[in-house]
Amino acid sequence: MKTWWAQTRAEVRMTIQRGETLLLTLGIPVGLLVFFSLVKVTNLPAGRRVDFLAPGILALCVLSTSLVALSIATGFERSYGVLRRLHVTPLGRPRLIAAKLAGVLVTEALQVAVLAVVAIVLGWQPRGGVAAAAMTALALVLGSAGCAGIGLLLAGRLRAEVNLAASNGLYLLLLLFSGIVVPLSSLPSVLRTVVLWLPSAAMADVVHQVLGAGTTASVREWLVLGLWALVAPLFAARTFRFD
Amino acid sequence: MSTAIETTDLKVQFGPLAAVDGVTCHVNEGEIVTLLGPNGAGKTTVVETLLGFRLPTSGQARILGLDPVTQHREVVLRTGALLQRGGVWFPMTPAQVLDLTATYYDHPRDPSELLTLLDLRHCATTPWRRLSGGEQQRTLLALALLGRPSVLVLDEPTTAVDPEGRQVIRALLQEQRSLGCALLITTHELAEAERLADRVVIMQHGRILTQGTLADLAGEPVVIVETTGPIDVDDLARRLGAPVVATSPTSFTCHVANTSEHVAVITNALAAAGQSLISLRSRASLEERYLALLKES
Repeated sequence: MKTWWAQTRAEVRMTIQRGETLLLTLGIPVGLLVFFSLVKVTNLPAGRRVDFLAPGILALCVLSTSLVALSIATGFERSYGVLRRLHVTPLGRPRLIAAKLAGVLVTEALQVAVLAVVAIVLGWQPRGGVAAAAMTALALVLGSAGCAGIGLLLAGRLRAEVNLAASNGLYLLLLLFSGIVVPLSSLPSVLRTVVLWLPSAAMADVVHQVLGAGTTASVREWLVLGLWALVAPLFAARTFRFD
Repeated sequence: MSTAIETTDLKVQFGPLAAVDGVTCHVNEGEIVTLLGPNGAGKTTVVETLLGFRLPTSGQARILGLDPVTQHREVVLRTGALLQRGGVWFPMTPAQVLDLTATYYDHPRDPSELLTLLDLRHCATTPWRRLSGGEQQRTLLALALLGRPSVLVLDEPTTAVDPEGRQVIRALLQEQRSLGCALLITTHELAEAERLADRVVIMQHGRILTQGTLADLAGEPVVIVETTGPIDVDDLARRLGAPVVATSPTSFTCHVANTSEHVAVITNALAAAGQSLISLRSRASLEERYLALLKES
C-alpha cells in the first residue's frame, strides 16, 4: 500500500508538471466547452448549448486524461528506459498499473471540478441532484478504467512515436464519434450501433442522460462501461511490456 | 563461498541469430566477475536474461538459485541492477527518485547516505534531464544499491563517468564485495576490469572465449620491455637464451620469467644498444591479452 500510494503521488505530480499534458487535459476541454457553447458551429439538441456540451466535455476529460495523456506518457517512459529500470525493482506490473489508474482518477477529479465551475459560469444547470452526481461519478470512473486500459494497451506494445500518433488519432475519432460534441442521433444508424459499444460513447451517453435529461441510463450502457472497465485494464496488464 | 549468479549452457536466439550460444559461467558471493567482449558479443543479452527480460531458448540462468522469470519478484528484491538504457522520469531529481524507489523495499538504505556516498549531494535537487552523463550513471548506481542487494548486475556502470567518479564507483563496488555481495559487471573499460575483477569472462559472437583470474589469462610468464629506441632483438634473445618478440619498434616481449638475472641481462643489452629502459612489466596487460584473444579467435 505504501509503495502504491507513493507511486500514485509521483504519477500525479509528474502529470501536473507536464505542460503538454495540462494543455490536453485542461486547455483543450475548457477551450472546446467555451467555444462550442458560445459559437454555433454544430447542430445541437434544443435548449442551452452548454447543457448538452458540459456532460460531453466531462466525458472528453476522461478520454483525454485516461487514454491519450496516460498512453503518451507511458509510451515515452518505455522509450526513455524508465519502465525498463522499474522492471528490475520490486514495484511490479500490477502496482505500477494501479498507481497509474489512481493517478489518472486524481487528475480527472481536478479536471471535473474546474470544468464544472466553467460550465456553471456559462449557464449550465445540471439536473438530477445528488443521485445524478453519484451516477456521473461512477460512469466517469468506469469509463476512465476502460479508456486507461486501452491507453496502456497501446503504450505497452507500440513504439513511442507510433503510440503518440495512434493515441492522438484515436482521440480525434472518439471525440467526433462518441456523442461528445456531435450528438449520437446525428450519426448514421450503422455507425451509431457500433460506437454505442465503445466506452467513450457509453460514458458520454450515461452522463448526457443523467445530467442533461435527468433520467437514468439503460442497463446496456452500464454493461458496456463495466465490461470495458474490467477487460481493458486486465488485458493491458497481461500484455504490458517493460522493454 | 556459494554461487550467487549462474548460467548453464545458456542459449538465447533472436530469430536466426544466436545472441548467446552455450554460455556457462558463475559468480560467487563476495566476488567480482567482469564480462568483457566487443559490441554484439552477447554480454547485455546475458545480463537481460539474468534479470528476467528474456526467456532462455535453452539452458538456464539463475540468481541465488531463483528463476529470473518465474520468480522475478524474489530475484529483484535481492538484486540491484544497473541497465544500459535504463532511465528516470525527466522531471525527477536524484533525491526524489531515490526517496520514491526506497518505498519499493521493506528495509532500504538511507537515500541521503547514498547521495553522499556517490557524491550526488551537489545535484540532489537537479532534474534528471539536466544531470551530466556521469551524474545520471551514479544516480542509477545509487538506485541499484538502495535495496541492500546480495547480488549486483551492472551493465557498463562507468560509461560516461569521469575519473573521479570512477574512483567513487570503484570504491563502492569493492566495499560491496567485502560485504559478501556477488557482482557481475559488463564493461568495455579494460583498465577498470583489471582494477576490480577477481575473475574475467571474455565473450565473442555469443560464446565464451576464455574465463579465469587475471593471472590465468596472463598465460606463460613474460617480461614486457619498453625502451627509448630500437634495439637488436636477436642479440637480446641470444643474451636471454629465450625468444623475444618485437611488438613495436620500442616494445619487446621477452619469454622469460621476471627474475633479477633476466632484468640485469635486459638492462645490459639496452646499454650496449645505447637505449634506456622506459618500463618493464612482468605480464601482459588485460588489454593486450584481450586483443590477442580476439585476434586469435
